[in-house]
Amino acid sequence: MSYTYPTTAPDSASNPQPTDPHGEPSRRDFFIIATGAFAAIGGVLAVWPFIDQMNPDASALALASIDVDISALEPGQSITVMWRGKPVFIRYRTEEEVAAARETPLSDLKDPVARNENLEGAAPATDENRALAGQESLIAMIGICTHLGCVPLGEAGEYNGWFCPCHGSVYDTAGRIRSGPAPENLPIPPLTFVDDTTITIG
Amino acid sequence: MQGTSEYTPRTGIERWIDKRMPLPRLMYDSFVAYPIPRNLNYAYAFGGILSVMLVLQILTGVVLAMHYTADADLAFGSIEHIMRDVNYGWLLRYLHFNGASLFFLAVYVHMFRGLYYGSYKAPREVSWLLGVILLVLMIAAAFMGYVLPWGQMSFWAATVITNLFSALPWVGDEITLWLWGGFAVGDPTLNRFYSLHYLLPFMIVGVVILHVWAFHVTGQTNPTGVEPKSRRDVVPFTPHATVKDALALVVFFILFAWFVFYMPNYLGHPDNYVEANPLVTPPHIVPEWYFLPFYAILRAIPSKLGGVIALAGSIFVLFLVPWLDTSKVLSAAYRPLYRIFFWVFVAVCIGLGYIGAMPPEGGYVIAGQLLTAYYFIHFLVILPLLGFIEKPKPRPASITEAVLGSDEPGDSGTPAAAAAMPERRG
Ligand code: HEM
Ligand code: FES
Repeated sequence: MSYTYPTTAPDSASNPQPTDPHGEPSRRDFFIIATGAFAAIGGVLAVWPFIDQMNPDASALALASIDVDISALEPGQSITVMWRGKPVFIRYRTEEEVAAARETPLSDLKDPVARNENLEGAAPATDENRALAGQESLIAMIGICTHLGCVPLGEAGEYNGWFCPCHGSVYDTAGRIRSGPAPENLPIPPLTFVDDTTITIG
Repeated sequence: MQGTSEYTPRTGIERWIDKRMPLPRLMYDSFVAYPIPRNLNYAYAFGGILSVMLVLQILTGVVLAMHYTADADLAFGSIEHIMRDVNYGWLLRYLHFNGASLFFLAVYVHMFRGLYYGSYKAPREVSWLLGVILLVLMIAAAFMGYVLPWGQMSFWAATVITNLFSALPWVGDEITLWLWGGFAVGDPTLNRFYSLHYLLPFMIVGVVILHVWAFHVTGQTNPTGVEPKSRRDVVPFTPHATVKDALALVVFFILFAWFVFYMPNYLGHPDNYVEANPLVTPPHIVPEWYFLPFYAILRAIPSKLGGVIALAGSIFVLFLVPWLDTSKVLSAAYRPLYRIFFWVFVAVCIGLGYIGAMPPEGGYVIAGQLLTAYYFIHFLVILPLLGFIEKPKPRPASITEAVLGSDEPGDSGTPAAAAAMPERRG
């Protein structure tokens, strides 16, 4: 099968602005480029729904905040609650634990930022900036190792804080990363006191 | 796929089809008349074994899918349902589960074969690149399959592996949310993994076809690394390769059956028979054995992003092998130095696998770092340098000479079969 195609532009009767033989861009070139560009942009835009459908959906985003009753916590006790599908550690720390965290100079920390959602900007990672405002013995943080997401074990590791069994990250009693591959301190979720013994997470 | 065709349609139906869509001709020329070097050894049987394993995984997978439920609350129970209630469910699941392991065993042997006999060198670079793409697709398929039973290992493997993406600067956190479809691994994650686990094997089939096409254009390598020069150097695929591959497959299946019937859970991890619990990470999480070397590389670098880069690099470097190896000699049999380094490299990979299974403490960390360094040095330093340093041994003039000691026409072992072969390659 062989067809011959016209090699020159159709005659000027049907095309008021024929292709300029000297290579000047013509109206036709403009249309071809414009059409191609529209098709390309349209194609890219059409892909977006296929990508965005994988993002957290409305039911996942409509996450209720949770209220936690902490009245039963005694010094040295912890509870773990679920928030947004993640564990949140709430610990009533002993005096020694608080003291150990406070005595640690900031220069010893791997991550000097508090990672506390309740504070503005990059507050320094002092124990005061990580503990619950007003109740310095209490600390609440998302119990997910900032390395690759395992749940660290409590009262374990070199600093008797948390220890991640997966790849050996060590956190101190304020949940700050001290050694191992994890880059950041355990994050503090948004927290508010409803009353003296109930906190709202989220 | 090129050159003259050996196919003569015999019946009316065959002639009718041949005029309209010559698929029988393609199959005949690719798998019956196709000339293969006469000296292929059993290391060359693993491609065929891999093809059969792929078909088997798809068969067992499709029937498992008839009984499996992809729902975070029901998945674990549906696996137990398959194991206890479904007729032969235990067999189908153990075939699928151990089949994945044996699939990887075969692909690793197949790849080491390629490294030993220089299968990646000109003009076979495309076959090699498609092979590395197949490895990547297999890794993705097996990883997502492992998540489906929704046991503790499934859940935490999914968590750790998806978190690898959070190491990427700026976009990392958005990407992990996107992968999970939530704020942690959960029901949406399980569903999409199931969808992709079903899809990927069929993509693998597609790439396998391209892979076979690529090396049917160039012809296979052979243990001498000398290209076939005359009809005496080749034999037809059927019966020679068909029968040899079939024997290798039977032996391979004995190993497979031994696992399936006598130690079906040996290659798995007992923690995966504990239902996923997002609040408790098992004390010692390890991936399946076939990922251990990569896991060791990930853990060798004491920084999050660094570990992820090393892991990705360990696979990416395979894409570069055709250009990193500067030696023109294909077969390690004629490369006295490379041959030694090849076996050292095999030992290093096994060593990495061992380290990957050990807890990340003390001497294991150091050993893992040394082995990881060697892994990259092998590809990035040793391969390029050897081509300049090494003095290859003299190679035989032809395949037939290597096999029979002389390449006189009268000596040819299979004159009838060889004479029937078309001259396809030069
Ligand atoms: C490249 C080929 C494939 C590989 C390497 C592979 C690998 C795996 C692995 C490692 C598991 C986990 C086994 C376990 O721990 O129980 C699995 C599970 C599963 N796979 Fe596949 N698979 C493949 C193809 C397929 C296909 C084509 C389908 C369906 C059409 C499928 C459906 C399933 C189902 C339903 C499960 C969950 C049941 C179970 O865990 O036994 N697989 N796969
Ligand atoms: S996930 Fe905690 S150290 Fe890797």
